[in-house]
Amino acid sequence: MKTKWKVSPYLYIMPAFALLFAFRLIPIVMSFVISFFEWSIKGTGKFIGLMNYTNMLKDDVFWQSMTNTFWLVIIVVPASIVFSLLFAVMLNQIKALKGLFRTVYFMPFVTSLVAVSIVWKIMFNEQTGLMNTMIGWVGIEPQKWLSEARGIFEIFFTGMGISLPKWLGGPSQALFAIIIMTVWKGLGYNTIIYLAGLQNISKVYYEAAEIDGASKMRQFWRITLPLVSPTTFYVLIMTTIVSFQAFAQIYLMTDKGGPLNTTKLIVYYIYEKGFDTLDMGYASAVALALFVLILALTVFQKRLEKHVNY
Amino acid sequence: MNEKIRMSIIYTVLSVFGLMMIVPFIWMISTALMTQSEFNKHESTFIPKEEYHVWDSGAGKAKKVLLVMEKGSTSIIHLLDSDGKIVKEYQEAPSSQIKLIKKVPSFHWKNFTKAFKKVPFGLYFANTLYVSFLSLIGVLITSMLAAYAFARMEFTGRDFFFYLFLSMMMVPEPIYLISSYVLLDKIHWLDTYQALIVPWCVNIFTIFLFRQHFKSLPQELFDAAAIDGCSTFGMLWRIMIPLSKPIIATASIFSLIGSWNSFMWPLVMTNRPELRVLQVGLSYFNQEASTQTTLLMAASTFSIIPILILFFMAQKQIIASYAKAGLKD
Repeated sequence: MKTKWKVSPYLYIMPAFALLFAFRLIPIVMSFVISFFEWSIKGTGKFIGLMNYTNMLKDDVFWQSMTNTFWLVIIVVPASIVFSLLFAVMLNQIKALKGLFRTVYFMPFVTSLVAVSIVWKIMFNEQTGLMNTMIGWVGIEPQKWLSEARGIFEIFFTGMGISLPKWLGGPSQALFAIIIMTVWKGLGYNTIIYLAGLQNISKVYYEAAEIDGASKMRQFWRITLPLVSPTTFYVLIMTTIVSFQAFAQIYLMTDKGGPLNTTKLIVYYIYEKGFDTLDMGYASAVALALFVLILALTVFQKRLEKHVNY
Repeated sequence: MNEKIRMSIIYTVLSVFGLMMIVPFIWMISTALMTQSEFNKHESTFIPKEEYHVWDSGAGKAKKVLLVMEKGSTSIIHLLDSDGKIVKEYQEAPSSQIKLIKKVPSFHWKNFTKAFKKVPFGLYFANTLYVSFLSLIGVLITSMLAAYAFARMEFTGRDFFFYLFLSMMMVPEPIYLISSYVLLDKIHWLDTYQALIVPWCVNIFTIFLFRQHFKSLPQELFDAAAIDGCSTFGMLWRIMIPLSKPIIATASIFSLIGSWNSFMWPLVMTNRPELRVLQVGLSYFNQEASTQTTLLMAASTFSIIPILILFFMAQKQIIASYAKAGLKD
């Protein structure tokens, strides 16, 4: 039955639409426009065409920020997926204390990034931090963490007496510290999502496998992993998008993306260009480059998902 | 493999990793309870301890005391008895009369009051609550109205608007941060409360949550209400909202946790200390007191506690909300 509406539906979507129009759509379009201007903080800008974009391609710090961001994403995303799936599979099998474990794993996710960044900054302190105390318990010598600009591969292989060429050095230990903290922060959310995904898998498959005498390992590879793959794609896409936007960690834990710009991530660079250097046109160009990158990756991951359809 | 062995392996692994998840919080609290000198000396890891000494007054009677050094223009050493009362003052350490006997746990609660004195947390909490609650009310109103139209009304351009909303959700905040700043500057909203509230009075994801729910309500309800002469708005107010309590709870949780923890936007859009929300205030304190580790930890503990209380009170509901929202996507 079609009801006759007395009040226009447009009135109902109006408040949401007006706010989205004013504070999303207009800024998104403006972002595009500003990127063609030399735009300082006050006053009107000067049109400079594609200059911001050509400058960006020649900017070493931009490329370094991009590389740093790539390292972060490329380590955080798989690490987070592997660990959260592992936790979820284990949590799915236990009965006692399940609620307690779930709460414990989820705690970092609900607490503010600002507060935990401060805590982790102090944890990574070279002299007094908990990290060096704990690795000392297993016999590893103290590390410099957030003040170490050398790459983690470089440090590892130098320790074994092999010297690597500079481009093989990997992310700096400082960035690696940020990575550890970022994985820790988001792990609980992904675990909960996986747990929900696992509970959707029908028990019938496992019972059949049990009858056929398939080992638990085999069940995991042949049943769990394929059937949970929609969740894996959701986690993959969300974690990728969120990791690209990491900002507070850098702002609070490092000295402006140091040492030697090795922890400068792309969103921090946008912030720095926009609000420290006050070069808003350039910052907008970088922001748009980031958007195109995130969009392309999301589309790619969605395509991949269709390809691996179970 | 034996089921019992398998289970004990699972519990062991889960406990070890679980411990790793909460160790930062435990350490945060224990550091917040240490004196700065104890932290700098790096002698105790988790349990704050203070050194008790034996003070020999000279008459052969030894007394257990707590040695407290106060740094000022001249360093003064206080000998305290177990009640914390000063029994003697020295200008220099009378090393011959004092011997260290042992360390005992001692919690330096003063850090919290000190941190509270240095940082106007009351103001920051009030600002955060004000901004969080007003944007929550805004989000609920705009979302329910829009979701109602999208779920149960037919109109030209409905799909267009729907996909427009959807596509705007895909744009991450850092992309429009700079231009939003320029925009808020043009309309003279920088450094105002409305800059923190109004742009966040709409949440596309919440619109989808409500739309999903409104769509699932049976048509008979609306038909019956229409026969009884219920108005369009009346259906939302009298039928849909009372039936949407779980969704309202979920949306409120997302909105409150989101605005409580939001950082980048208020950092950029406000400058006046009176307008600082908790996260921004905490980040300024992080710069000002970077060497006062114990106070920083006390301040962090402060800022985390309200959200943790909320979390522990409603952890089942909160976790279930996040899980469901993730699955719906």
